[in-house]
Amino acid sequence: MSDLNTQAKEKYHNNFLKEVAANVEEGDWVKMCMQCGVCSGSCPFGPHWAHPPQEIFMMIRAGKREEVLTSDSMWMCTSCYNCIVRCPRKLPITHIMHGLANYAHRLGLAPKNQPTRQFAKLFWNNIVKTGRVNELKLSLGLYFKDGLASGVKTGMAMSSVGLGLVKAKRLNPMEILGGHGCKDIKGIQAMVKKAQEIEAKRKGFTAA
Amino acid sequence: MTEVVATNQTILVVGGGISGMTAALEAAECGKDVVLLEKNPALGGRVSQLYRYFPKLCHPTCGLEINLRRLKGNRRIRVMTMSEVTSISGQKGDYTVSVKIKPRFVNENCTACGECAKAVTSEVPDAFNYNLGKVKAAYLPSAMAYPQRYVLDPSVIGTPEADQAKAACKYGAIDLEMKEETVQIKAGAVIWATGWQPYDAAKIQPYGYDRFANVITSVEFERLADPHGPTGGKILRPGDGKEAKNVAFIQCAGSRDENHLRHCSRICCMASLKQTNYVTEKFGDDGKSTIYYIDIRAIDRFEDFYQKVQANPNVKFVKSKVAKIVQDEKSGNPILHGVDTEGYNRYATEHDLVVLAVGMAPSVPAGMIPAEIVADSSGFIQQDEANGGFFGAGCATNALDVNRAVQSATASALRAIQVVNQVARAEA
Repeated sequence: MSDLNTQAKEKYHNNFLKEVAANVEEGDWVKMCMQCGVCSGSCPFGPHWAHPPQEIFMMIRAGKREEVLTSDSMWMCTSCYNCIVRCPRKLPITHIMHGLANYAHRLGLAPKNQPTRQFAKLFWNNIVKTGRVNELKLSLGLYFKDGLASGVKTGMAMSSVGLGLVKAKRLNPMEILGGHGCKDIKGIQAMVKKAQEIEAKRKGFTAA
Repeated sequence: MTEVVATNQTILVVGGGISGMTAALEAAECGKDVVLLEKNPALGGRVSQLYRYFPKLCHPTCGLEINLRRLKGNRRIRVMTMSEVTSISGQKGDYTVSVKIKPRFVNENCTACGECAKAVTSEVPDAFNYNLGKVKAAYLPSAMAYPQRYVLDPSVIGTPEADQAKAACKYGAIDLEMKEETVQIKAGAVIWATGWQPYDAAKIQPYGYDRFANVITSVEFERLADPHGPTGGKILRPGDGKEAKNVAFIQCAGSRDENHLRHCSRICCMASLKQTNYVTEKFGDDGKSTIYYIDIRAIDRFEDFYQKVQANPNVKFVKSKVAKIVQDEKSGNPILHGVDTEGYNRYATEHDLVVLAVGMAPSVPAGMIPAEIVADSSGFIQQDEANGGFFGAGCATNALDVNRAVQSATASALRAIQVVNQVARAEA
């Protein structure tokens, strides 16, 4: 586990609600939840998460730190915003879910092989390189995330889609060599770096 | 009939429900002159539309009957029905109020014999029964309507039916020449007892009140249980007229919700607990009730009522705000979806009928009152010096049960009496 995790644990003396309020995006809203359950019932992904939002909020209050941060539940959120629209207390639930996922990732507690997390990482690393998404590299990275054999298998299965995209000029095979970028690649990278510095300073973190 | 003698020592009470009647009576019994306005053709308001009161489960006719008796015996109260305030000018101790009076087309000769109703054929929605049924276009507003006098619906005026009704009346009570009129009334103080209205359940989209016939509101359920209601007191669901033996009650339907009503409406928990008694009363052990709730707020001394309902094996409690309702196409049964808070179990439960315990919204939000008046964010009238000679009473001031509404009305009468007493002293 990262040092960040140990630091956070010591700083908040097991008061996980306070920790969430201070470090998670929109986390100070968690205390406003009245446990009515509308968010959980309205979530289209409802039956597929281990812990629906309402339960996550209760677990936060109950101080179940490890269980919440290692859970894959908040990674399941598809940002449909049903919960935000219906919450009788107007909690920004979608944002809190993403905030929790982000915090767990920073602390190094997020589930390693959670596909949403893997995709998010791939996407981020892909886009900050040149300021543009390299779709070919992104797709290939996704296919080969579980190793060579499964990558080849997925690649074969998707080959007709890929060829179709090439024919329709929606995918350039030459992108494999590095691909296009935005006009000021250095500028974009400097901006991202600065933004990360500001955020890390504000929250007392170094980016994971 | 519109000759109203009123001075600036008169107290005007707007609204003839339980609060308005109480305020008017308390003031009149202290020797003050009172004008009592009611928008509808009869007094009694929403209390008269209940089947039973909590916590003693007695019939509202009882409480109303006592008040009507006091009213009939008191010469200081002038009752004006079908009347609404359109504007007010002046200040504390000296108001001039414009009142619009709608024509009833029936005068005081009426004996409520009902011959006119037999003579007309067309029907209009039955407002007393929350439009669950229809009444003849010549109708008595309710069994214990005061004044006990028929009303001719404006839709038949100018048609042969109106003439038939007139011809059928042996007492010359039908006057087709009545016109809408506006009168000016003087008053020293005004009590706003404009009451409450059920929150528009159709706005709670996931519950489908406007899409599913077997999703109704708590006030409609009162009418279904009442022997004077559209089903003669049988709990038959509107969709197909089947007996509704498995009833779900959804609490906080519109209340405690930033998207709807911000406030807790206070009465709905008790109302639903009371209504589980109706289900048991009609069907015995075959009648099952399920209450879906966030938390039960059986305010102050009603906790024992709650415990009694909890002890009833035919009543189930599910701690969860229902997320959505879908309708089973074949049976027409509503299916409730959600996640409960005690175990986070996902449920999809089928019921015969869903009763939405709708919240209380002010019937006339303070902003709609034709005068400057201090109100809270929900539109309930606040007690404030800046209101001058205006006072709120009953549900116009807050979400209240009958008991508290009556207390509030008595308090408002005392405040209004102080104003007219000052006027009287100044003029003496």
